[in-house]
Amino acid sequence: MKKWCAFLCGGLILGLLQGLLAPKYTGLTQEGGLIREYYQNAGGNDVIFIGDCEVYENFSPITLWQEYGITSYIRGSPQQTIWQSYYLMEETFRYETPKVMVFNVLSMKYDSPESTGSQSRREAYNRMTLDGMRWSSCKWKAVNASLTREERRWGGALTYLFPLLRYHDRWSELTAEDVRYLFHFQPVSHCGYLMRTGVEPMTEALISAPMTDAELGQTSWEYLDKMVRLCREHGTQLVLVKSPGLYPVWWWEWDRQVTEYAREQELLYVNMLPAQEEIGIDWMTDTYDGGLHLNVSGAEKASAWFGKILQEQCGLPDHRREETVSALWEARCRAYEAAKAEGR
Amino acid sequence: MERLLRMLTQLHPEVTFTPDTRLLEEELLDSFDIVTLVSEIDEEYGVVIPAQELIPENFATGTALYRLIRRLGEG
Amino acid sequence: MTVQSPWFPLFTAALLVIYYRVPGQWQWRVLLTGSGCFYLWAGKAYLGFLLLTLVSTYLAARQMGDGQGREDRKKRRPWLILCLTVNASALMLCKSCLLPGAKELLAGSRVEFLTLGLPLGISFYTLQTMGYLIDVYRGTVEPERNFGKFSLFAAWFPQLIQGPVSGFSQLGPQLTAAHPYDGQRLSFGAQRVLWGYFKKLVIADRLAPAVTALRQEQTVGGGFLVLTILYAVQLYGDFTGGVDIALGVSECFGIRLPENFRQPFFAKNTAQYWRRWHMTLGTWMKTYVFYPVSVSAPVRRLSRWARARLGGFGKRVGVYLATGVTWLATGVWHGLTPNFLVWGMLNCLVIVLSQELTPLYRRFHSRFGWKDKPWYGVFEGIRMFLLMNLIRACDLYADPREYFHRLLSLFSVPLWRQPVPALGLTGADWGILALGIGAMLLVSLLQQRAGSLRQLLWRGNPWLRYGLTFLLLVAVLLFGRYGVGYEGTNFIYSQF
Repeated sequence: MKKWCAFLCGGLILGLLQGLLAPKYTGLTQEGGLIREYYQNAGGNDVIFIGDCEVYENFSPITLWQEYGITSYIRGSPQQTIWQSYYLMEETFRYETPKVMVFNVLSMKYDSPESTGSQSRREAYNRMTLDGMRWSSCKWKAVNASLTREERRWGGALTYLFPLLRYHDRWSELTAEDVRYLFHFQPVSHCGYLMRTGVEPMTEALISAPMTDAELGQTSWEYLDKMVRLCREHGTQLVLVKSPGLYPVWWWEWDRQVTEYAREQELLYVNMLPAQEEIGIDWMTDTYDGGLHLNVSGAEKASAWFGKILQEQCGLPDHRREETVSALWEARCRAYEAAKAEGR
Repeated sequence: MERLLRMLTQLHPEVTFTPDTRLLEEELLDSFDIVTLVSEIDEEYGVVIPAQELIPENFATGTALYRLIRRLGEG
Repeated sequence: MTVQSPWFPLFTAALLVIYYRVPGQWQWRVLLTGSGCFYLWAGKAYLGFLLLTLVSTYLAARQMGDGQGREDRKKRRPWLILCLTVNASALMLCKSCLLPGAKELLAGSRVEFLTLGLPLGISFYTLQTMGYLIDVYRGTVEPERNFGKFSLFAAWFPQLIQGPVSGFSQLGPQLTAAHPYDGQRLSFGAQRVLWGYFKKLVIADRLAPAVTALRQEQTVGGGFLVLTILYAVQLYGDFTGGVDIALGVSECFGIRLPENFRQPFFAKNTAQYWRRWHMTLGTWMKTYVFYPVSVSAPVRRLSRWARARLGGFGKRVGVYLATGVTWLATGVWHGLTPNFLVWGMLNCLVIVLSQELTPLYRRFHSRFGWKDKPWYGVFEGIRMFLLMNLIRACDLYADPREYFHRLLSLFSVPLWRQPVPALGLTGADWGILALGIGAMLLVSLLQQRAGSLRQLLWRGNPWLRYGLTFLLLVAVLLFGRYGVGYEGTNFIYSQF
């Protein structure tokens, strides 16, 4: 009895330590907190966006609501790879069955955890995407698909099961935030959209690294196949999108391959790059980081344009007349407008 | 037995040896002493102790060592 | 999977659960399977070497112990020599692949992988199986007829990586016996494992960057002295830590491995130090090299001859010769680069010198009577510590000229004028190191005075025991240097 008491106390203290040492993502790297916010908002979404920064910074569900009465949510995180996106999609179906899944295709350029560049940065992004997921077989599979060689060498999936093994040395950099957000977290997004209100015009052409491979990788195609199958099983329409962002470059060779694939699979593929003028994006005012991502004004334009396509081609209903749904979304709109006003 | 104790005393004049002094447990003999002792025994008793008999049990006390010498001498 | 990986404790725990669930006569099979899994998980590429040793030693022992060899020592001899040669050659081959130049020579060939590192545990299991073979030859051990049981003895996973080196008569029967569950033993084992991880991850690995930095720079003089001290602490934490893990894990399974250390840094002279540091290697060398050489017929003849002509010193010529051979073997076992030869000979020299100077010491002490003063004991301890550090630093430089250059630099420029180079450790690192080394020292002192601390704690208030164990666990988890972002270090002795 005494022994079990001791084990229980020990476990509790270790759990507390783990909570204390895990990063809170409240400061500069708010995007690390996006994935965990979904669970409180799961259910009742007609559209789920899945992808990397090009979804959570370039699309605003609030605009989709205001313009078309579409209910949507974004499951995106920084440099989210296609295998992570796939398992997030699989997990989403456990919470709800949306009418449409929108997948942003940019991340198909990465074919393995090694191909995304700096391995330490890859590891940090893995953490931002995976640590926020709730435990399930989906998370286990996502973790094992995502591990870098360095992570595998040092404990691998076990360090996701017990994040203390990863963050054990953060004791030297603890701040008041770590104590404040020990038991709860601060939501940072608006239905998965991370609002950026600043403006930093694009003043010079972004120099792109040369295209490494004209063919999109084998792994990417396999996961895209899996996405198609998964959505068919659930009777959900899969829509592929390339959101308006000038960098990293979406090469026309890649665009051609995806177009071809979409035609074969009878999917809707929307490349928003050629439509920038029609959308009305002005790279002097609609970006917060010199052309990499859109700011809130750009995201609203992109959403308004893309929402029309969603409504027309996917036949999504307008929920603005439904009282309960409307009440929820009106509250979200108010928070959004307030944040926008505060940002300006 | 007398001769054996004399040999031990020669090695370590500062210790008083009895037949039951624990030679190894009290760290009185090190491996150098043991080898020296083996060659002395060869001289004195004409008994050659082979390497496989150089085990702690045979050198634990004077008595044990004496028993070993007797056993090897007979064989 | 390495021992430093978090999978290792999990793997061990899973094995323990199975081990105490199956009936007694099945337990050794669980251990064998576990050891096999560990080897496959950790060093698959080198499985061939392990199998060569296992099969050759098993067959040779059977030939010697059964059949015609049983009665006739002469018939046993060829098998002994053949098998020892095969295994020693395999070990030497692997070690020679690590010599400078081997990499270029073997580049692109099929055995290129050998230049990356030694086959897992080869230095240790080779010693252990050779000892077994000699025991069978001598007739002091019955050959094991079950290949599985024999393999388990040779490749018992906790001791595979860096020892301790066990004898068959001591370890063999324990591994195959039934061990009923014993809670106290389990918690003792777990405590020892934790303490081992503490020494390895918190102390040795935190010091590692400083040692590497000092080693890479052209450190001379005072910096070199600092290096020898830091290296002493690092190696102590690393090696005793690793062995504590091996002994602790074994203890959890009810298996007692021989102790490998007895507070070596409290020794007062070199001979004493070597009886307290890496004891199982010392015992092995004593049993299978030092004694056989010193009582062999040629050495006995030489002794007799020298005794007649050289008097007192001649009496000891045979012993010194055997000492030389033993240290040569010990040096070669550590590595084939010349520095290990120099290292062995330096140790030998110090031991022989102190033996020769014994009468002088006796006279000195009877004159001054300092020997019983407490401060003299401290002085002896520090003297030994510094001396062994200087000799040990040989490990660090493959080229002995580099080593001697640094050794001499200690005396060419006054120490206090030597700049100590940057060590690359933060204030927090130093704080942890100070606390950790303090704890290590305290534990050693207590062990020297009061024996087993775990026994002491077991008799005391259980909450104190729980608290201390938990504190140790938290210290390892929080302050250990491990995980992504750290260039994890292998156990130093796994490279020997």
